[in-house]
Amino acid sequence: MIPSFIHSSPLKKAMNHTSAPAPAWQEAVFKVLKEGGVRQIAYVPDAGHSHAIRSAIADPEIEDVVLTTEEEGVALVSGAWLGGQRAVLLMQSSGVGNCVNMFSLLQAADFPFFTLVTMRGEYAEFNGWQGPMGKATQAALELMGIHVLRASHPDEVEEIVSAGFDAAFEGGDKVAVLLGQSLIGRKKWESK
Amino acid sequence: MMSHNISQPRVDRREFVAQLIAKTPDALIVTGLGSAAYDVFASGDRDRNYYLWGAMGGASSMGLGLALAQPDKPVVVITGDGEQLMGIGSLATIAAKQPKNLTVVVLDNGHFGETGMQRSHSSLGTDLVAVAKGFGISDAFAIGSLEGCQDVARRINARDGTAFAQVFIDADEPQRALPPRDGPFIKNRFRAALGLKPF
Repeated sequence: MIPSFIHSSPLKKAMNHTSAPAPAWQEAVFKVLKEGGVRQIAYVPDAGHSHAIRSAIADPEIEDVVLTTEEEGVALVSGAWLGGQRAVLLMQSSGVGNCVNMFSLLQAADFPFFTLVTMRGEYAEFNGWQGPMGKATQAALELMGIHVLRASHPDEVEEIVSAGFDAAFEGGDKVAVLLGQSLIGRKKWESK
Repeated sequence: MMSHNISQPRVDRREFVAQLIAKTPDALIVTGLGSAAYDVFASGDRDRNYYLWGAMGGASSMGLGLALAQPDKPVVVITGDGEQLMGIGSLATIAAKQPKNLTVVVLDNGHFGETGMQRSHSSLGTDLVAVAKGFGISDAFAIGSLEGCQDVARRINARDGTAFAQVFIDADEPQRALPPRDGPFIKNRFRAALGLKPF
């Protein structure tokens, strides 16, 4: 019999959290990044990126870089390329709005760029505050000259992420893959 | 109006930057836009200089990505107080990584020099060394003399810890020395100097 206080300890919760199996599509995302030789993964966290973030932290060949705001990541991945490494930016749709002027760097110096954007504000969204930026995310990226791909179904994630990745690092394009909110599913909201 | 730095000893920006680069010949340098870029260019163009002409607030983050990618080379960010303030959170991001080969040098005249010398936060109460230390860069210090240049250069060449140097400079405007604005050119030149091939 395990005393009940163990169940409620933060440590136990953290362990349970990290040991939960990741959805297959999230594993496919990290597989593309790892097999593509990514050496730096910069991120502002989102639940949809949790497997890639955990995997980056655990991987001695990959530098995980937690950002205070997403535009740092645009500059950081460009600096990585300047130094000969492939780096990617993980963020959620709200972060795209934070990046807009910094995206100038990608065009002005013609840096390859690859970002994965988990979407909010588009599917069973409980929090209306996510709506304005979520609905403007694709247009904001395209206004700044970034090619946008989208994956909405788990079985297409690996192919689309891989296609965008190759366009960026083999073709020099600037690419965002939007990971649809339906991939994450409905967020369970409970009043405390 | 408070101006707590008014009596602070200050150094000539061009002279400081020229001496710093002369003492750190192997450094990979990223500059913030504006006067910091002019200072670096005025001391002599180098293939291993990356001049920003925009992306305000991004110089330190770019330096971090470069430092992580090139751990065996000293990386120096040379920027101004306004540029660093716009990307101030990047100091927290740098502190979280603690790259041993990264030094951030902020040329601080307490003003936005490029836009008409409006006062910046660093002459209105913000202490950038305290900010850097608070974010977790313990080797953060201020200097206001040419003698201090040697302290900065030693840290750059040693590559034994992240450092942050606030350099108090005169709020003057030396003649502009304009580096190339061709972004792909300076990117490709920089990469070629590191032996990197086109994709």
